[in-house]
Amino acid sequence: MSALPSDESAALDGILQRHRHDPTRLLQILIDAQDIAGWLPAPVLTRIAAGLDIPRARVEGVAGFYSFLYTRPVGRYRVLFSDNITDRMLGNAELLDALCRKLWIEPGKMSEDGLVSVTTTSCTGLCDQGPAMLVNGQAIGQLNHRRINEIAEMIRQQRPLELWPAEFFQVDDNIRLKGALLGLEMAPGEALKAAIARGPEGWLAEMQASNLRGRGGAGFATAVKWASARNAPGELKVIVCNADEGEPGTFKDRVLLNRYADLVFEGMSLAAWAVGAGEGFVYLRGEYRYLRPQLEAVLACRREAGLLGKNILGQPGFDFDIQIHLGAGAYVCGEESALIESLEGKRGTPRIRPPFPVIKGYLGRPTVVNNVETLAKTCLVALHGGADFAATGTAQSAGTKLISISGDCAMPGIYEYPFGAQISRILEDCGASDTQAIQVGGASGICLASYEFQRRIAYEDVPTAGAFMIFDGTRDLFEVARAFIHFFAHESCGFCTPCRVGTSLLKGFMDKLADGHGAKADLNDIDWIDRLLKNASHCGLGSASPNPVIDTLQKFRPAYERRLVSLDFEPAFDLDAALAEARQLTARNDPGAHLKTHEEEEEK
Amino acid sequence: MTKQFLLDGQPVPFEDGQTVLEAARAAGHYIPSLCWHKDFPPHGSCKLCVVKAAGRHVSACATPAKEGWEVESNTPEINGERRGLLQMLLVEGNHFCPSCEKSGDCELQALGYEYEVLTPRFRHFFPDRPVDASHPDVLLDFNRCIFCELCVRASRDIDGKSVFALTGRGIDKHLVVNAESGRLADTDFAKTDRAANICPVGVILHKRVGFAVPIGERTFDLATISEKTLKEGSS
Repeated sequence: MSALPSDESAALDGILQRHRHDPTRLLQILIDAQDIAGWLPAPVLTRIAAGLDIPRARVEGVAGFYSFLYTRPVGRYRVLFSDNITDRMLGNAELLDALCRKLWIEPGKMSEDGLVSVTTTSCTGLCDQGPAMLVNGQAIGQLNHRRINEIAEMIRQQRPLELWPAEFFQVDDNIRLKGALLGLEMAPGEALKAAIARGPEGWLAEMQASNLRGRGGAGFATAVKWASARNAPGELKVIVCNADEGEPGTFKDRVLLNRYADLVFEGMSLAAWAVGAGEGFVYLRGEYRYLRPQLEAVLACRREAGLLGKNILGQPGFDFDIQIHLGAGAYVCGEESALIESLEGKRGTPRIRPPFPVIKGYLGRPTVVNNVETLAKTCLVALHGGADFAATGTAQSAGTKLISISGDCAMPGIYEYPFGAQISRILEDCGASDTQAIQVGGASGICLASYEFQRRIAYEDVPTAGAFMIFDGTRDLFEVARAFIHFFAHESCGFCTPCRVGTSLLKGFMDKLADGHGAKADLNDIDWIDRLLKNASHCGLGSASPNPVIDTLQKFRPAYERRLVSLDFEPAFDLDAALAEARQLTARNDPGAHLKTHEEEEEK
Repeated sequence: MTKQFLLDGQPVPFEDGQTVLEAARAAGHYIPSLCWHKDFPPHGSCKLCVVKAAGRHVSACATPAKEGWEVESNTPEINGERRGLLQMLLVEGNHFCPSCEKSGDCELQALGYEYEVLTPRFRHFFPDRPVDASHPDVLLDFNRCIFCELCVRASRDIDGKSVFALTGRGIDKHLVVNAESGRLADTDFAKTDRAANICPVGVILHKRVGFAVPIGERTFDLATISEKTLKEGSS
C-alpha cells in the first residue's frame, strides 16, 4: 500500500468518520474524498476500502462508474461544457475550441502544469440559458466569446472561483407561465396539516381520487405506488425524491428545487405520512450540486419548525427526516432501481424486476421513488382535495404539467400547462416560428414533425417528462439524432450486451454516415440494431435509446439518404484518415501527405 | 395436475418458482445462455436467453414460468437476435479463436457454431486490454471478457475473496482485480478458487496446461453446446 501525505490522510479519516464508516455511503465518501486533491489517487481508494472494511475492487468499481469521479489526475480547474443538442445549436463546440486555444490545451487532456482540463459532459440542465458549463461543479450559463475570454484569463491567473464575478454563476428560473403549482403560495406545513387531519387512510383516498400520475415520464399512478409500499411487509419504509434530472432538455426540477424546495420536501413528508415511512432521500444529480447548500438550509428550517424529525406537527409516532444524496454524473441513475443501487453506494446498474422497489427497494425496504414534480404536486392534492386536482387536465391525465422549453424559440423557460395542451399552442406561446420538429420528452422521448403539432401533451397522446426542444427549418434532424445517440452510448451502464455494444455500434453507424461513408446497407443495420435494443435491453435506457433514430428515420428520411454515397455497401475505413497520426508525427500537412490529393496529382 | 406452458408449441411442465430457462432445459429444450449458472441467482446481462413470452421479450433466466404462457424461443426471429448478440460480443472484444488456448472449450465459440455466426457483421472495436501474467498459476487475458461476472460472483459469494470487480461504464466497462497495483499476483487468488474455474470464455487461464487436451478432443469437439447442456441437465 503506498503512503498518503499525512494531511490528506487526516482529511480522509475525517470524511470516513463523518460517514460513520458506512459502506452504503461509499459514493458520498468518494465525492467528498475527491474534494481533497481534485481526483482519487489509487492509495485513496485503498484507504477508503480499508476504512469501510470492503474489498478495494468494489471501491474501484464504483469510482470508475460515475463520470464526475476521476481516478486519473484532472486539472485544478475542471471545465465541462454541457453538450446537449441545444448547447450545440448555440455554438458550444466553437466556444470549447476557443477556450482550449487560449489555454494552449487539447480537449479532454489536462494541461501539463495540472492547472486545467476542458472537455464535454452530458446535458447540465441549463438549456434555457445555454451554452452552459460546469467549472468545478459550479454552473455558468449564457456563454459567449466575451465570457470565454474572461474565464480563460481568470484560469490563467489562478483566481479562486469565489472571486469570479457573481453574475457568471447566476442561474435564472425563467418561469414564463404559471399554473396551479407555480402559482401556489403556501406556508410550509399547511398541506401536511391538511393531510394529517384526514389520517393516513383518508389522505391516501384523497390521493387516489386525484388520479395523480408520475411526472418523471412513465406515468404510474402515484397513489397505487404509495399504497403498495404501505401494504408491503417491512417496518422500515423509505421515500426517495428522484432529482436525478438527467434527461437532455429537461430543467423543470432544477427550478422547483431552486424556488419551490419547500413544496418538494412537503410532498416527501406527505408521502411518508401515507406510506408510514421514516426515512427520506433526495437523490440530487451531481450537475445540481450547487443547489445543495440552499436545500440543506430549507431542510434545517423545516426541522426547526417541527415539519421534520420526531413527532411531526405534534403527531405522535410520525417521525420522518430527509437527507440529500449526491449523484456524480450518471444518467442511468434516473432509473429507479439503478438510483437505489447508487443510494446504497454501488454502481448504478438497474436491478432485475420484480421485485419492484415498492416491495424491496433501498436495503430491501419498501421504497417509493417519486419525481420532484410529482411530490410537489401532492401539496395541491392535500390543500384542495383530490377531486379538485382531477378536475384539471384530460380523462387519463389529471392536473398540470411543467414543460421545459429550449431550442429555437424567443422565450425558452418553464411553462405550466393543464394536460391536454396542444403542441401548436405551446409553440405559439414561447415564440417559435418556422418550426421543423420538436423533441418531446428528451432524448428518450418522441420527435414530432410539423404535421403532428395538433397533438396534445397527455399520457394518452404525447407523454413527456417535461423536455420540449424546438428545431426550426435550419436544423439538420440527422445531427439531432446523432447527438442523442452519442449521449446514450456515453450513458449506457454497460450491464447488458444489447445496450453496451448496440449503442456504441449505433454511434459508429451514425458517425459513418456523418463522415460521408454511408450506404444503404448501413440503414438496414441501423434498423436491425434499433429493434434489438428495443426488444432485448435490460432497462428503459437501452430500450429507449434508438428512439431518436427510429423517429427521424421515419419522419425525416431524406436527412439520412442525402448522406449516402452508395446504394450498396461502403466500408467505414478511410485510408486517408488513417494517415492522420503519421502526418501529425511528421508535422506535415502538404498535399503530398494526403492520399486523395496525391492520387489526383498522379492522374494529371 | 402440474402446471405447464407452451415452448414453441411443445408443453413444458414447471413447478412454482421455476424460471422459463430452468423448466425448458429440464424438459429437454435448449435455451442458450452465457451469464447464467446453476449455482448462482439469475444475472440477466448476456441476453442470449431472451425469449418471447406472451408477445413480449423477456430474459428466460430471470422470468418465472407462468401457467398457460406461449413462449417462442427456437424461431428464426429469436435465433437471429441471438446470432446478432453473439456477433456483438465477438466484435466488442479481441477474439482470435485459432490462436486461443480455450478454443474447443469456449462457450462463446461453441454458441457461435450453434447459431451459425459466419461473419463478424459489425466493425471490430479492437479494444486495448493488456494481459496480466503476474500470477504464478493463472493468466488473465482480458481481451476475451464478455462481462458475465461469473468470476466476480464466484469469488465474492463462494470463495469469500472478492478478487474481481467491474469498473468503468458502458463500452469502457472492464474487469479489475482486488489490488492497488492492479496485478493478480498481489491478490489472494488461488488456482483452486471457484472463480479460477468458472470463466465460460478464455479470460482466466491456468498456466502450463493450455494444450494438455489436444484440439479435436475438447468439450465442444465432442458435442455441441446444446447437446452437452441438455445431457448435463439444468439442475
